Amino acid sequence: MTAAAAARKPNWFSRLAHPGRFLAWSRPVVAPLAALTAIVFAVGLWFAFFNSPEDYQMGDMVRVMYIHVPNAWLSQFVYATMTAAALGTLVWRHPLADVAGKAAAPLGAAFTALALYTGALWGRPTWGTFWEWDGRMTSTLVLLLIYLGIIALWRAFDDQLRAGRIVAIVTLVGALNIPVIKFSVDWWNTLHQPASVFTAEGPKLAPSILTPLMVMMAAFTLLFATLQIVSMRTEILRRRAETMARQAAAGEGG
Amino acid sequence: MTAFRALILRDLKLSLRVGGEALTLVLFFVMIGVIVPFAIGPDKALLARLAPGIVWIAAFLSMLLGLDRLFRADDEDGSLLLFRHAAIPLEAIVAAKVIAHWLLTALPLIVATPVLAILLAMDWDGWWRAVLSLLLGTPALVAFGALGAALTVSLRRGGLLAPVLILPLCIPVLIFGVGAIGAVGAGPAMLFLAAISLVVAAFAPFAAALALRAAAD
Repeated sequence: MTAAAAARKPNWFSRLAHPGRFLAWSRPVVAPLAALTAIVFAVGLWFAFFNSPEDYQMGDMVRVMYIHVPNAWLSQFVYATMTAAALGTLVWRHPLADVAGKAAAPLGAAFTALALYTGALWGRPTWGTFWEWDGRMTSTLVLLLIYLGIIALWRAFDDQLRAGRIVAIVTLVGALNIPVIKFSVDWWNTLHQPASVFTAEGPKLAPSILTPLMVMMAAFTLLFATLQIVSMRTEILRRRAETMARQAAAGEGG
Repeated sequence: MTAFRALILRDLKLSLRVGGEALTLVLFFVMIGVIVPFAIGPDKALLARLAPGIVWIAAFLSMLLGLDRLFRADDEDGSLLLFRHAAIPLEAIVAAKVIAHWLLTALPLIVATPVLAILLAMDWDGWWRAVLSLLLGTPALVAFGALGAALTVSLRRGGLLAPVLILPLCIPVLIFGVGAIGAVGAGPAMLFLAAISLVVAAFAPFAAALALRAAAD
């Protein structure tokens, strides 16, 4: 093979990410991924409800953690995904990147809202308050507002290609908030407990709690992956349907 | 540099000759100060305690209101198209417009703060710190505002969207702005506020120019 031919041949990553190819390879992936998600959820919930110790102070309330922490983790992970997609849109003008960004925004907003909601439910009996203007909670609330703003911006544009680039800029600017959330518990010594899973010295939790937590985080991450692929497929098909409707209309007119 | 100065002068002249908009903004700013005592009661001690927050909220809302016309008029009459093909980079043009917009929307508010200080029972020291914190913080608000206006310039119904997008980003400005008026820990808050303003004013023209280019093609 000559050098020119090698340069023209797209690498495996570009091939994988071509919208048509994506539709082809993702179709058989969805069902197994969903099944895997369900299995890991079943294992994780079994651990969380029946095979993990009660907290000596919080009692059964500690089990909220197995829902709260995965959602909080995903609220940031999804934003990181969107930031990567935004770079893909702005730097490489990748057709699949803005689809990925658009699909991720409502999912991220839902995970963030759930993290705040479960946090409030957990906070009421243990801290005695639904809400406190503490660094981590406030920055997570700001994250939710950013998600909602991004969704509103997507919906305001008719031309989705232009919307992709504009939203990508907002996403990159909003990414400033992610490190603030991550380090908020270290910068401001407040009500929310400091980092205990992803720390430089490794997890600080007992294995009997850490195992169910990790399984639940894997389950929620798989759930995100499944939903992300499904909504990306939906978005691609929706755009295709739109194009076909436009072509049909043009054909009728001509 | 000549083009840069000409752009600032152009925006100032346009606004002065059309007239009224800066005055309306100041009126709105002062009116918030008038409304609040009706809402929370004319208790002077309470008002004095809340005054830093009220001043900042009033400035915040007034600046958000004025934000929409930052690029709108230029987009409508086609100047924006010319700007994109001008001899100086679009980033510099955005920076010039940000400076002009600050002179037109933030400076009148700062000049009007004595009225608010009297209405809200602020003391001399508090007023002085309010002026200083507004001087330091409003450049960040204008720069963020330019970003919001650039992002939504191609939308016909984008009026409310720009404030919604940039409000979450402006929260740090509000935190340190109010902190800088308070009597305790005002020094560090001032420095943080100045730092935020410098960083945002340095980066926002680039992001806004990128958004303007993305909106146009």
